[in-house]
Order: sequence, then C-alpha cells, then structure tokens
Amino acid sequence: MTTRTVLLGTAAALVLAPASAMAERERGSSGHLNIIYWQAVSTMNPYLSGGTKEMNAASVVLEPLARFDNLGELTPWLVDEIPTLENGGVAEDLKSITWKLTEGLLWSDGTPVTSADVVFSYEYCTHPEGGCSYRDRYAGIEQVEAVDDLTVTVHFEDVTPNPYLPFVGAGSVIIQRAQFQDCLGARAPECTDANFAPIGTGPYVVSNFRPNDVIEFVANENYRVPTQPYFETVTWAGGGDAMGAARAVFQTGEMDYAWNLQLAPEVIEQMEAGGRGELLVDFGPLMERIELNFTDPSPDLPDGERGTREHPHPILSDIRVREALSRAIDRELLTEIGFGPMGMATCNFIVAPPAMASPNNDNCLVQDIDRANELLDEAGWERGADGIRVKDGQRLELLFQTSTNAVRQDFQALIQADWREIGVDTRLRNIDAGVFFGSDPGSNDTYLKFFADAQMYASLFEGTDPTPHLEQRRCGREPQPSTQWQGQNINRYCNPEYDELWAELNREADPDRRQELVIALNDMFVQDYAHLPLVARGRVSAASTTVGGIVMNVWDSEHWNQAEWYRIEE
Amino acid sequence: MLSYTLRRLAFAVPTVLIISLIVFLMLDMAPGDPTGSLPLTIPLEVREQIRQSLGLGEPVFVRYFKWLQMTVITEPLHILAGLTGWDIAPGGPRILSWQTRSPVGDILVQRVPQTLWVVGLGYLFGILIALPIGVISAYRQYSWFDQVGTFVSMVGFSVPTFFTGIVFILLFSVTLGWFPSMYDTTHVVRDWNSFLFQAKQIAMPVAVLALYNASQISRFMRASMLDNLNQDYVRTARSKGMGEQTVVLVHVLRNSMIPVVTVIAIGIPTVFTGAIITEQIFRVNGLGDALIRAIYVSDWPMVQTITFIFAILIVLFNLIADVLYGILDPRIRYD
Amino acid sequence: MTETAKAAPFSPDEAFRPPRNQWWDVWDQFKYHRGALAGLAVFVAIIVFVTIGPLIWQVDPGAINIRSRNQGMSMTYPLGTDQLGRDMLARLMYGGRISVAVGLVAMFLGLVIGTLIGVVAGYFKVFDSPLMRLTDLFLALPLLPLLLILVALFRDPLETMFGQAMGVFSLIVFAIAITSWMQTARIVRGDVLALKEREFVLAARSIGTPSLRINTRHVLPNVLSPIMVSATLGIATAIITESALSFLGLGFPPDFPTWGRILYDGRDWIEQYPSRVVWPGVLISLTVLSVNYIGDGLRDALDPRIRGR
Repeated sequence: MTTRTVLLGTAAALVLAPASAMAERERGSSGHLNIIYWQAVSTMNPYLSGGTKEMNAASVVLEPLARFDNLGELTPWLVDEIPTLENGGVAEDLKSITWKLTEGLLWSDGTPVTSADVVFSYEYCTHPEGGCSYRDRYAGIEQVEAVDDLTVTVHFEDVTPNPYLPFVGAGSVIIQRAQFQDCLGARAPECTDANFAPIGTGPYVVSNFRPNDVIEFVANENYRVPTQPYFETVTWAGGGDAMGAARAVFQTGEMDYAWNLQLAPEVIEQMEAGGRGELLVDFGPLMERIELNFTDPSPDLPDGERGTREHPHPILSDIRVREALSRAIDRELLTEIGFGPMGMATCNFIVAPPAMASPNNDNCLVQDIDRANELLDEAGWERGADGIRVKDGQRLELLFQTSTNAVRQDFQALIQADWREIGVDTRLRNIDAGVFFGSDPGSNDTYLKFFADAQMYASLFEGTDPTPHLEQRRCGREPQPSTQWQGQNINRYCNPEYDELWAELNREADPDRRQELVIALNDMFVQDYAHLPLVARGRVSAASTTVGGIVMNVWDSEHWNQAEWYRIEE
Repeated sequence: MLSYTLRRLAFAVPTVLIISLIVFLMLDMAPGDPTGSLPLTIPLEVREQIRQSLGLGEPVFVRYFKWLQMTVITEPLHILAGLTGWDIAPGGPRILSWQTRSPVGDILVQRVPQTLWVVGLGYLFGILIALPIGVISAYRQYSWFDQVGTFVSMVGFSVPTFFTGIVFILLFSVTLGWFPSMYDTTHVVRDWNSFLFQAKQIAMPVAVLALYNASQISRFMRASMLDNLNQDYVRTARSKGMGEQTVVLVHVLRNSMIPVVTVIAIGIPTVFTGAIITEQIFRVNGLGDALIRAIYVSDWPMVQTITFIFAILIVLFNLIADVLYGILDPRIRYD
Repeated sequence: MTETAKAAPFSPDEAFRPPRNQWWDVWDQFKYHRGALAGLAVFVAIIVFVTIGPLIWQVDPGAINIRSRNQGMSMTYPLGTDQLGRDMLARLMYGGRISVAVGLVAMFLGLVIGTLIGVVAGYFKVFDSPLMRLTDLFLALPLLPLLLILVALFRDPLETMFGQAMGVFSLIVFAIAITSWMQTARIVRGDVLALKEREFVLAARSIGTPSLRINTRHVLPNVLSPIMVSATLGIATAIITESALSFLGLGFPPDFPTWGRILYDGRDWIEQYPSRVVWPGVLISLTVLSVNYIGDGLRDALDPRIRGR
C-alpha cells in the first residue's frame, strides 16, 4: 500500500509541475469537460444527502475551511494556515480551535465570505429538526463563535484531541448564510432552488441542475485564483451503468472522466489497453470483510433473544473455529479475481492511512488449509461421512449472507469452496442492497440484525482518524432489541481489554502514541479473529488521456483540485 | 354505450383511490429504508434523525391523506402553473422526493420528454411494424414470410433488451461511430440540424424497444387473424364476390382486433413507467429510470406518485379498450 | 384391400364401441404439422438435456477451478468455463432445470388464473366489474416492492417448510404467476365478451346447456389461440423475470445457476467471451420457439374446421 500511495504521490507531483510551469493557461482556456457518474447526483446540498456522489459534485461549488490532500495531509483551503498547538490556533487545554479565513474571499455572487457564514453552516447542520447527514462532524461542540469578520472559534464541550472534524473535508462545507437563512431545520428541503444551485466559493457555479440526471456548471467569475478553473464549462451527466460509463471514456471517447467503475478487472484492463483513457486507483480505508456472529441467530430462539449476547454462538464462540475459517480463505485469489489492481489482500481492520496500518498480521495472506484442518480437529469437530464436520451431533453448517453484487457473489462461491475443503458446509444468501444496508427494525434481512452466521460487506471511515471506527466494537455498542437493533458493533464483539485501550486512545493527544494505540487495538481485534478482513479496496475512476491535472484523492472529494484540470493539447 | 362509459368513468375515481391506498400501505410495509443507500460512515443516530425529518414518524393514514391531498391538488396546479406561467400555484408543502428533497412533480415534468421520445416512439413504431407483419403472416400462414416473422419475433421477445442494446452500442457506437452511446437529455430540438442529432440519439433505443414490442403484438395479431380467416362469414363474403382486400382488411381485420386492442391498451400505460433496462443502457434517464432508482433507495413518495399516475392511465386505457370492443363488435353489449 | 376385407364381416362389438377419443384426432392432425413436430422434438431434447444430461455429464456445476477460468470450448469443457472456472455445460444443464421448471410452472399458473378470471368476468356480468378492477389493481402494483414484501413475509416459513431450494422455487413461481396473469385475463375476457353473443353460444344456451358446459365446450376452445400466444410469451417472461429477481437478490441463492442468471452474469463479458451470453440466450430462445411451434400445432389441431383438411 505504501509504495502505491507514494508512487501516486510522485505521479501527482509530476502532473502538477507542468501545470504550474505553463503560465499561459487561463481561466476557461480548456473549453468543455464531460464527466459521467453512472449513479446520478440527486442534490447539490451535501448536508441533505450524505451520499459520496453528492459530496463529490458539491465539492466543486462548496468548500470547507481545510481539505485533506491526496496523501491525507491537512491542507488549508479557505484559510491561510492550519491551526495547531504550535501556532496557537488550538488551545492548550484542547477544548477550542480558532480558524482565520483568507482575506478577500468572495462568494460566487460577489459578496464577501465572513465568519457569520461559518457559524451559520454549523447552525444549519445541527438544527434539531433538520436531518443533516454530516451532523456527527459537529458533535461535542459547545459553541461556534464569530470572533471578528474573519475569525471563528469552535469551543468543544470536552477535551478533543482531534479538533479537525468541523469545517474540514468535503462533507462539512461552508454554505452562504444569505442564501440559506430561511432554510433551517424542517424547512431545509423546501428550499429547492438553493439546494440545487448553492452559492459557493469553489471554481464552478451550477447553471442547470436536473436531479438524478445531469448538472451543468460554468466557471465561477469570482474564484479566488484568477487563472482558474481552466475548463470553462462542465457537463456532469448521471445515469446508465458502470459498463456504459467505462465504455464512454475508454471506447467512444464521449466522456472525459468516469467515477466509481467497479467492474471485473479483466474487462477494465482490456478497455484500458485501448489507450484512450487511464484507470485512476488509490487506496483509502475501504475494506471488504466477513463478520462472524458471536451470538446465536437461530430462528428457534424467542424473538427478543435471537441474535443477542444472551445466547453465544454455538459454533463461532470458539476462537479455533474462527481462526480456521480465516486460514482457509485464499485472500490473494479473491483479490485477483474480484478487484485485480483495484484491491489489495489484507489482514487488518484498519487498513489506512498507511501509518496506522499494522505490520503484524500478514500471516493470514497465505491460505493454510492444513493449519485450518488442525484447528478444527483440535476443537473437536470430526469429519462426517459426507466430508462435513460434526461435533456432538451438530453439523458444521453456516449461513453466509451478503448484499447483491456480482463481485460479492463470486466471493461467496470462492469462500464456500474454501470452507468446504476444511469440512464446513456453507449456505449462501444474497439480499437486495437497499434492504441489507437499511436499518428497518421490521426486516430480518438487515446487516444490523445479522440473523446469519457470517456476512460480508465493506466499510470505511471518514477522514484520517480511525478512533470513531474503532469505538464501534466496544461492548454495549451492538445492535439489540432494546436499541431497536441500532448499533455498529455488528458482530457483537465484547472484550473489556479492548474497551480500556480504546478509552486511552480517546484521551491521547500525542500523534505517535495514538498511532501505537490504533495498531494495538487493530491487532487485538483481528488476532481474536473477531472478523475476517479480506481485501482493501481502492477508489476507482477513469480519465481520458486528453485531460491533465487530475490527482486522485481518497481522503476528500475526487474533484478536490478540479480547478486545476486542463485539456492536453494534441 | 354512452351511459356505460359515464358509469365507468364515475367508477374510475374510487378505483384509482383504492389502488393508491393499497399501494401506499404496501410500500409502507416493504422492508426498505430510505437511509439504506447512504454510506456506512453516517452513524445510526443521524440516520434516525433523517428518517424523522422525512416525516416517517407520523401514522400511516395521516401520511396517506397528506400525500393524497398534495397529489390531487397541489402538484397538478404547480405543474399547470409551470407550463402556462399562470400564477395559480398554491403555497404550502409539496410532495418531496426523499432522495432529492425536491418536488416530485418537477422531476416528473423533466422526465416526460425523453420518455415520450424514446419509449413512446418505440411503442408506436412497434405497433406500426407489428400490425402488417401479423396480418401478412396469418394470411400467408406457413409461407417463408411467416416462418421468418415467427422466428424473428420469438427471438426478439426471448432475448432480453440488454443484450440487443449492448450489441447495438458495440456495433454502431464503438465500431462504426454512427450514433452516440449516451442520450443527452439537455438537447433541445430547434432546427433541422438539432432534429437530426435527436434522431441519431434516439435511433438505437427506439429500435431496440420497437423490436421487442413488435414481437409481442405481431404474435397476437397473427393468432387472432388466423382464428377469423376460417370463419364462415369470410367464406360468405368471398362467395358474394367481395374483393380479397376488402375481405381481409375490412372484415377479418376488424373482427381480429379485440385481443390486439387489449394488448395495446395494457401496453400504452407502461410507456409512462418507462423501459427500465433500455433506459439504463442508453442513459436515457426517463421515467423508468426515475422509478427504478426511487425503488432502490426506497424513495416511496416518488414511487407512490408514479404508480398513482400509472394507475390512472391503466384504468383509463382499459376503459378505452372496453369502449373500442363495442365499436369493433356491435354485438358486445354492456347494459 | 386388407382393411376392407377385415371390415367386411359385421361385428356388433365394433358398432357399439364408444367413439374414438377426440385426442387421437388431435394427435393425428398435430403430427402432420411439421413445425409443431420439430418444436416438440426440440422441446423434448431440452427436457432431456436438463434432466438426463447431468447424469451423463457428471460435473459439479459449482466446482471452482481457478486455473482454468474463462476458457473457450475444449474437450474438457465443451462449452468453456466462466470467470471462476466453473464448467458452463454443467451450469447450463443444472440451470435449465430451474429455468424450465420456473418458466413452465409460472406460465401455467398465470395462464390458469388469467383464463379463469377472464372467462368468469367475460361470461358472467355480475363478476365483470369487480374482477376487472382487481385486474387494474394488479396491473398498477409496482412489482419490486411487492416482491420485497413477499420475500420478507414468506421466505423463511417456506424455506423451513420445503427446504431452501423448493421454498424459493415456490415463492418465485407464485410471485411471477400473480404478477403476470392480468394480460391473459384481459384478452380472454375481451374475446369471451364477443363470443358469448355469437349464434352457437346463444343456441347452446337456448337449449339449456349449463354455463359450465358452455364455457368448457364452446367458449374456451374458441379463445385458445390468444391463450397459446400468452403461454409462449409467458414462458419467456417468466425465465427472464426469474433472472431479474435473482439479480436483485430476491431469487435463488447465488449457488443455484439459472439460465437467466448465467445470461446476466455474462453481460459484462460480452466483448471478451460472447459465448458466455450466447449459450444461455440460445437455450432460452429455443425453449420459447419450441413452445411456440407446439402451441401453433396444438391450436391448428384443436380447431375442428382445420382438422382433417
């Protein structure tokens, strides 16, 4: 992973260099850019949607105070410098952070950007009647104070070692107070015009928006860099399917940029070989895993007790079985077939940023059927007549569910075959993604209820701080009847040592010690075989070879530097 | 017949209302979740708040009546105001799609043109091709024309549209470069050149749909013609010395139209719900695309409204079909 | 000559023998219909392919062989392999079992429901309005949410009752049938409305023939041809719908191949390995075509005006 990211970083630097060297490039000189999102954008207000595609589209219009660059480093965006303990921007007691806006910033309608807009953005998202998707970015804030026209101080309720959540990253953007002041709380969805064409500070302005279809952008006259953006107009088409989008970039050349091309590696490699476009891949915290259920999902249990900690799982409570299941899987093969260059086999819970990824768990990368068989023998599971193991009259049979998706169904088939080899009989089930990832407590098929023995999905976290992601696996965080099956401790893991270590991480401010703690937590979790990491998945887009300046970014919006994209002249 | 039509029209209103209520309750029961498609990074407490902000906290009947009032009164007035420029749009809430948080009526209005261009024309051409093929195939039963027609239509019906669509794209867009593989919904027909572009971009999806529709309708046309060609009245007409053309095209055709009218009447409303797969392959983004994406993300207000309009069209066109039966065969009496 | 010689002596047995079963007449006519015979032969071949085929070609359709993925036709893999190295021939055989069964059963169920509702609505005026409004309702119901509900409500009980495969099978067949009978019902009703005013029906009624008998003897045979067309189209629809359901995760579990699913899975590979799409496509088309020709022949054979011509 490290080498790949570094390589991409170098590539980025190489691409950027000619861009700055060619001074004659001017605003609008590159003409028109065509972008295709096969899942169309539904709104331009990221606070009302929460989807990645909406966040990406909005990111060329609405901007945060600071962004993460392609290496995951904080970069000042609407401010001159990142506040830190050293420069006094972060208070000694870690309870406040002060941002200073760059002087002379203008909204696209020509009015100045002030601290009141920043405060308003906070109020907009935290209004009790609004359903703001990025509300957790503003959790634990006591007050956001406008000190003067350009200075904003965020006061936290508690000691906050990581104060870079509010107003940082493509999710928590600054919106214009004048435009949205009548759109607070329950009235937010009624402001259709504002939600579809927000006034922003970014390089582009929306000129036409059709929900779930197409967006047309023109360059922002008041953009702070006078020579940018290089593309005068942008058409951001949506709809169709991933294959069609790939074809439009690689084969017909109708499109310049296509987002999220989750296609079979072989198919996409052959298209790329045509030479009209190139694949952009970078790795973030997205990881495909199998969760193993620590509780008994048997339908024979009464309703309030099925899948709760009252009934430990009859088979999977034994760590030897869990380890055997992990050892039997050929992760390299899964990666090769499902993702090719767009994935990397992994044994870690936290796979990125690179510094946080543990180096201690690579033993699972090689499939080890013999060891798996030994473990099951030790655990007392003996082969029956049909090759399936039996213990005390119980067959080693697991129900393995996942969402409907071509790659996941291939994975299911491969893992079923791997497990069959060690005498485990696996029943497969695939569930419509809308139901599986929903949190309707009335449905028995959600990943939260987890009425199966094993399930596969991918998960990730925002930004570069894995603390909240690690918190999910604490005791008591599991979905259960008393919480209407809400909770993110999906596999119902419970380990007091883990909880203590996490509490320490949550108090720690020193970056080096934090890194150690993250790795320790990760190791504790995966060495318990509490879940089985499979593949670290990359973000995959494609760009035409005629467009330059693109720098893939997994920590922020992919379009974070779209102002610098340009047409390569033949 | 007139009194029958009026009675049926009066009866249509409660029918549509009952259908809409049943659909509403059904969607309420369906195990989808409007926050299910959001990234997993969004915490569950926030999801719950989003659901509350969508109005899901209220009892189902309250939501139904709110929706009904908005569908029947608010949205049509807004659409009318948008089309005519009259200032008749009422204030107050409109039906908001959960996914886009914008009025459903506006989205539907945006989606109608491309749906009519592609799906509507696909259906129209389908009918225009199917009727003559059906008639000739029946008249010359087991001739080579009939055999080829049968073969093509059966293959056309059993091969899914995604297959024909992809083959068309590979052939005409990738290899030959004649037609664009993606439909541009923002294109406006102003003059001859822009019309040519429009013709180019609808050529492939319309061809795919026309083939599929023609396959189905021509089968019914042929079967029904065959039934009638052997009837006694045909022999009588011929023996009276009536021209062959008159016999076939006036008498037999007219008597064979009942099943065909039924099939077409059931088909026309489906033009409105779009052709999901074809729209997806050619990126047409019509009503079918709006419906299927709304279903995927459990955007029930959108699904509910499209279904409501669909139900009206079904009731209406089935009524038209019933009236046509009476005209085609005066012996059919409803009173 | 021998025949006349044989028939010459009068035999009372023969004179009082009940008339020959009319189905023999139908068969006599049917076997002169070349298309129908060819259709029947192909159909039987397909049934043999999916039922007896796996007994001869004993390859596990789920067996993964990564080293030989995406292969073309060869002696080991007569129809090549898929992206996981599974044998296509075996998959098509097993897949055909499910697809043909789903297609036939769902089509048959849909046809029975549709014909019954169509005939009752067309013939008995009292039932016309309620039944046709019911048809309107079913036409308007959005299919996918309905299926989601059916799956949520009935999958687990059916699976415990019949086991995983049979449980899903009955659910899918039921779901396809209750969402595909409406067209048949409307068509049959339209024809019956016209038929019941025709002279022969009036004549039958005037001599006091019971309604049931009028319908089975006089009405049904005359609406047979649109029903036959519905049947052939119904099979294609059922097979394709099943694949769409599996595709959405509402159908069979992923380790059960079906023709429709193989076809869908091959969609992205259409350029690299067209055979992946062509084989299942050809099989579906062949099934539909053969049923269509059988239907044509049956229709002709059942028509007394054509029979014996």
